[in-house]
Amino acid sequence: MEQAKKDKLAEVALQIRRDIITEIHSAGAGHPGGSLGVADILAYLYFEEMNVDPKNPKDPDRDRFVMSKGHCAPALYAVLAEKGFFPREDLKGFRSIDSYLEGHPDMKKVPGVDMSTGSLGQGVCAAGGMALAGKLDKKNYRVYAILGDGEIEEGQVWEAAMFAPHYKLDNLTIFVDFNGLQIDGDITKVMNPTPIDKKFEAFGWNVELCDAHDFDSIEAAVQKAKSVKGQPTAIIAKSVKGKGVSFMENEASWHGSAPNDEQYKIAMKDLGVEIDG
Amino acid sequence: MADKIATRQAYGEALAEFGEKFDFVVMDADLSKSTKTDCFKKKFPERFINSGIAEADMISAAAGIASCGKTVFASSFAMFAAGRAFEQVRNSVCYPHLNVKIGATHAGISVGEDGATHQCLEDIALMRTLPGMTVISPADAVEARAAVLAAIEHDGPVYLRFGRLNVPAIFDKDTYKFELGKGVVLEEGKDVTIIATGLMVPEAIEASKLLKAEGINAEVINIHTIKPLDNELVTKSAAKTGAVVTAEEHNVIGGLGSAVAEALCEGCPVPMKRIGVQDKFGKSGKPAQLLKKYNLTAEDIAKAAKEVIAKKA
Repeated sequence: MEQAKKDKLAEVALQIRRDIITEIHSAGAGHPGGSLGVADILAYLYFEEMNVDPKNPKDPDRDRFVMSKGHCAPALYAVLAEKGFFPREDLKGFRSIDSYLEGHPDMKKVPGVDMSTGSLGQGVCAAGGMALAGKLDKKNYRVYAILGDGEIEEGQVWEAAMFAPHYKLDNLTIFVDFNGLQIDGDITKVMNPTPIDKKFEAFGWNVELCDAHDFDSIEAAVQKAKSVKGQPTAIIAKSVKGKGVSFMENEASWHGSAPNDEQYKIAMKDLGVEIDG
Repeated sequence: MADKIATRQAYGEALAEFGEKFDFVVMDADLSKSTKTDCFKKKFPERFINSGIAEADMISAAAGIASCGKTVFASSFAMFAAGRAFEQVRNSVCYPHLNVKIGATHAGISVGEDGATHQCLEDIALMRTLPGMTVISPADAVEARAAVLAAIEHDGPVYLRFGRLNVPAIFDKDTYKFELGKGVVLEEGKDVTIIATGLMVPEAIEASKLLKAEGINAEVINIHTIKPLDNELVTKSAAKTGAVVTAEEHNVIGGLGSAVAEALCEGCPVPMKRIGVQDKFGKSGKPAQLLKKYNLTAEDIAKAAKEVIAKKA
């Protein structure tokens, strides 16, 4: 990838991370760890890869994105705002009574959200349905989804894992955000879902590995997925939970808690913003 | 009278019939021969999607397809469609109010020999609690066909409850008018109201005959749409007769009887009895034996009718 493009994406990802922290700090609740971890993938998808138009969010020919790990709504809202689907200032309403930015994404309320998610395992199945609908309608759109590595402990994920290769859904690409942590700790200690790549391979998927914080690596995996015919692709994206905020990185405790005012200042400083007062 | 036909058979045939005019997709979870969606599969193989034995994935994938603008009929046994996949129905389908129509067959105790694990007696209760969900329980093949068409034309999720057992014809295909949310008065009466759904409708009609022989005039109402309930008709009839019996092949907790009780408690409280399965699991047996064992017969309805009449002020 050209350096200029990379710089642009890095800028988008940084803004997404700042907005994630601001949203969760404003709400006093939310899921920063996993949200920060997928910021680079979202920047790449929405600013480099996906065919979406904020002026026509329901375009039937658009590419689709499903945040299967719906608790990472702050990251999705941030990238949608950055892309222009709705005003950035609305992000401060996240999780509040008068806002349309629910704790988990609601496709009926939020422009640019293609599927309501929050209950783990369901989003990836819906993404399979969207990809199948594209095949039935002979449309060329592609469907992307991000799953958590903890999320794949849900049995329903493996129903979808059978479904997509069976129907040769090569228009479906999923990312497994492989940060190794879930609420109760290390995924291999809570309920070991590894080896993730071999599991998807055995279910009939094309499997790619990538570094979730390296745009060249993300790009290579996505472009490979697009070239594969007759098979869906699972990209196992090695990520750092809490990426970009010093005290949140690799800490399971930041899965679902909000920074206090002091922590907010430090987090924003880590992301290049000095907060006064 | 026409031959007895199961509502599930009418469901499959209606899908095949209406599939010509409407561009919907049908999904099944490896039960197409039993749910009768194979009628559709034979005619429109490219629009039939088997999820395998994976009801959770079927319902969520149906939501994904529906999000792209296509109506989907997702079919399985009531036990698995409403029971196992309840949370997928709630979060993937009802929350985003998508056009997924759940064709649930083998509902109720009349499933018979398969026994308790397959006799879903809770589905009306489960589906009725979901905001925006329409719940339909047809009484015969003609009504089942009409319900499928109504589901296609309705914008939003619909739960369709069908039975395994062949049931007698009540309605005439050429004259029957189905209106979503409207009950159907089958007999007018003044002494007691019998409100029934599904295969308990013919039992209710039979009960009214038994009562007539004893000089009691029963009003018989068929409720095909349990949600939204025809509150107006139910309340008006209760006000007229002053006593109500409900009859359903479902647990008395949460089903038609509960829906009617809720309406009458607020609108017109009268003495009432609920005929249904009394908070029990089913068991193996022949459907007719089971209906008798669990007190789901015309005689049980007639007996309950006399009890509520006796309680009138």
